[in-house]
Amino acid sequence: MAQIMLDHVDKSYAGGVKAVNDLSLHIRDGEFMVLVGPSGCGKSTVLRMIAGLEEISSGSIRIGELLVNDLPPKDRDLAMVFQNYALYPHMTVGDNMAFGLKMRQMPKEEVDRRVADAARILGLEQYLDRKPAALSGGQRQRVAMGRAIVREPQAFLMDEPLSNLDAKLRVGMRSSLAQLHEQLKVTTVYATHDQVEAMTLGDRVCVLRDGLRQQVGTPGNLLDHPVNLFVAGFIGSPSMNLVTARLGTDGGQVTASFGAHLLTIPGSVLAARPGLDGYAGREVILGIRPSDFEDARLAEPSWVRMPATVDVTEELSSEIRVIFVINAPPVDHQDTAALAADQDEDEAVIPIAEGKSPWTARVSSRSRVRPGDSIEFGVDTSNLHFFDPGSGHAIGQTSSASSS
Amino acid sequence: MFVFSPPADEAAGLLTLPFSEPLEEWQDERLVEVRQRGISRHVVRFIADSGELYALKSISERLARREYRLLRALAELNVPAVEVVGIVVDRWTEADAILVTRFLDYSTTYRALFSTPRGGQPTDSLLDALVELLVRLHLSGFFWGDCSLSNTLFRQDAGTLEAYLVDAETSEQHPALSAGQRAWDVELATERICGELFDLEAGGLLPAGVDPVATADALQPRYEGLWEELNREETLRPEEQRYRIAERLRRLNELGFDADEVELISAPDGTRLHVRTKVAESGQHSRQLFQQAGISADENQARRLLNDIASFRGYLELRDGAGVSETVAAHRWVQEVYEPALAAVPAGLRDRLAPPEIFHEILEHRWYLSEQAGRDVGTTMAAQSYVDTVLPEVPRPLTTTIEGLTGPRGQQELVDEGAAEEA
Repeated sequence: MAQIMLDHVDKSYAGGVKAVNDLSLHIRDGEFMVLVGPSGCGKSTVLRMIAGLEEISSGSIRIGELLVNDLPPKDRDLAMVFQNYALYPHMTVGDNMAFGLKMRQMPKEEVDRRVADAARILGLEQYLDRKPAALSGGQRQRVAMGRAIVREPQAFLMDEPLSNLDAKLRVGMRSSLAQLHEQLKVTTVYATHDQVEAMTLGDRVCVLRDGLRQQVGTPGNLLDHPVNLFVAGFIGSPSMNLVTARLGTDGGQVTASFGAHLLTIPGSVLAARPGLDGYAGREVILGIRPSDFEDARLAEPSWVRMPATVDVTEELSSEIRVIFVINAPPVDHQDTAALAADQDEDEAVIPIAEGKSPWTARVSSRSRVRPGDSIEFGVDTSNLHFFDPGSGHAIGQTSSASSS
Repeated sequence: MFVFSPPADEAAGLLTLPFSEPLEEWQDERLVEVRQRGISRHVVRFIADSGELYALKSISERLARREYRLLRALAELNVPAVEVVGIVVDRWTEADAILVTRFLDYSTTYRALFSTPRGGQPTDSLLDALVELLVRLHLSGFFWGDCSLSNTLFRQDAGTLEAYLVDAETSEQHPALSAGQRAWDVELATERICGELFDLEAGGLLPAGVDPVATADALQPRYEGLWEELNREETLRPEEQRYRIAERLRRLNELGFDADEVELISAPDGTRLHVRTKVAESGQHSRQLFQQAGISADENQARRLLNDIASFRGYLELRDGAGVSETVAAHRWVQEVYEPALAAVPAGLRDRLAPPEIFHEILEHRWYLSEQAGRDVGTTMAAQSYVDTVLPEVPRPLTTTIEGLTGPRGQQELVDEGAAEEA
């Protein structure tokens, strides 16, 4: 196992296109680091530069203490995990895991030990003498993982490894990967466009956009303290609700008004966001996570009330997603435009009149809210997010939000 | 929705296939069962329609569109690969797409080649063919990502094999590949080949004397050797420029490649020569044969047949004491030599090899018989002897005959597309 250090790494292509721009990133020994971002953000390029498949234009990459800028892929002791796995029908499960080691002329005792260890970790011990045809789809995937594990590499590199699997297998494999990392603690770098994968798997997540590092942090840190509008909108499912609001004062309290709504901002929020009070009388972009809503009848009494009319409900097992329309236009900013461009074409969008925006709230499944109902939401204003309308940067964000 | 690249008139019959059902559940009379199939990552089935054979693979729409695009790009570059016919998408919500490719005529798999070798083990020719394909891909900026014997089909070409890419699911097209990408592709291929040979060994299908590790390890130096030969820069002294350039170009041709551009760069110690190699197969002899005789053949077959035409022309000129034009000689050769020789092949054996390959083997056999007899036995006698003694021993294709097919392939039995294991 080893740490991986990227120091001011650039990757430029002919014509001056920068796929990766001055990226510094410290992936700790044993850490599960997820590189996430929309298509073209540079995550796969970063992974491939670490693997040695892409040459870097400037900067340095170290695996452990070793500078690997010019080291061929095979000498980096990394395993690219189960892309295009092929299981061989005449070979047993054990041999399917072991053949790469045999190819490298490893002593038999060592091969046997590694295969036994991997089989134990993957729950494949009782299948070692069987042929792949006798295995389920999930077990076959685990054999493919076993082939990478027995190599005992310094790090695993995974480039969208679940993207070719069907939905059910994908969820199962996500869970297996998390368990596997928990047991092996091998440094892992994982590239994905799927922020749900990123948030469920990563010890830390590095959000990239247009080759630029946006923020690195734990999943909770990214959710609670996004450094800019892009991260705020990209991380979290459903996405953060955003609106241009005016900060004002009302009876000595600072308020945010948008459409017909007026939210009082607690003093603790102002205190935690230095400089926010300086926006009084000006516009900010206000963000509220869907999880910071609740049906007022079930919400904390202290939460601020906000009335709305329900358009659509999606009943999930543990919650209801409520889509409603607010009387304010969508935020018009380059960061939100980039997010919109990356949205799945199939994503359901309700028709919205000009000057209005769809918002989403997650409320308890105990709420009996139905489409067409008038509802009063409780809003946890202690978690409000504020962004500068010009730069898109979070207002009053502390530097701890973006760790190296 | 069927997305295809026109014209595809002959594939129109595919539109009546039951695309609204999962591929694995199809019950259509045009389905062809392929024996000795290994495991598949995806469902692959084969269809015989209007005298053509197709492979249908069920994969996600994203992958299908990508593979369709990449296979078309390979076709435009004239890199040997299966021909993509189209994709079927939007079948129903959540349904995978279906990628349709045309089955490669007279092709075979590494498994078939190992299980019924002709004239020694195929190891060397398999590796050479695979290396040449990989180099062509890399020259054109293609990263294969899943190079293996299983993902390749092979065709006999006058004593050598030609390799065709079957699966481009994981391929990527770049303006150019880095050394790291090339090295990684070769490393992946080495591991895959070793796994495939270990697998044959485990199944008792690997001939004695073939070492899986040594065979797989031979790939990398062969690849490096060919890559270096095609891409090396050399420094020439002024007085040797002309012949050294000609020598280099001839060497490229011998390796089956053509020069695209020759760069001469002045340097203090002489002139540096760099030759940019054409990605496409040379095809020079194939084109020439088609122009002269109207016969489609692979490159080595064409070279062999052209030599026979030239020899026949010499014979005519000597016999008649007058010059004979190339065109007339070729025309008469087809009528008096090629067609009669192939006519000696009974219908039941015509599916064994492509006609130019059969003719090439007849010529080989004539040489062998003539050497034994101490005189030229002639093509007619050689053809009859070949049909009686050699052709029946050529391995039969691996599946049952498809009834209802017409044309050359109507007689052909399908080989096991081992590629389908990985396709």
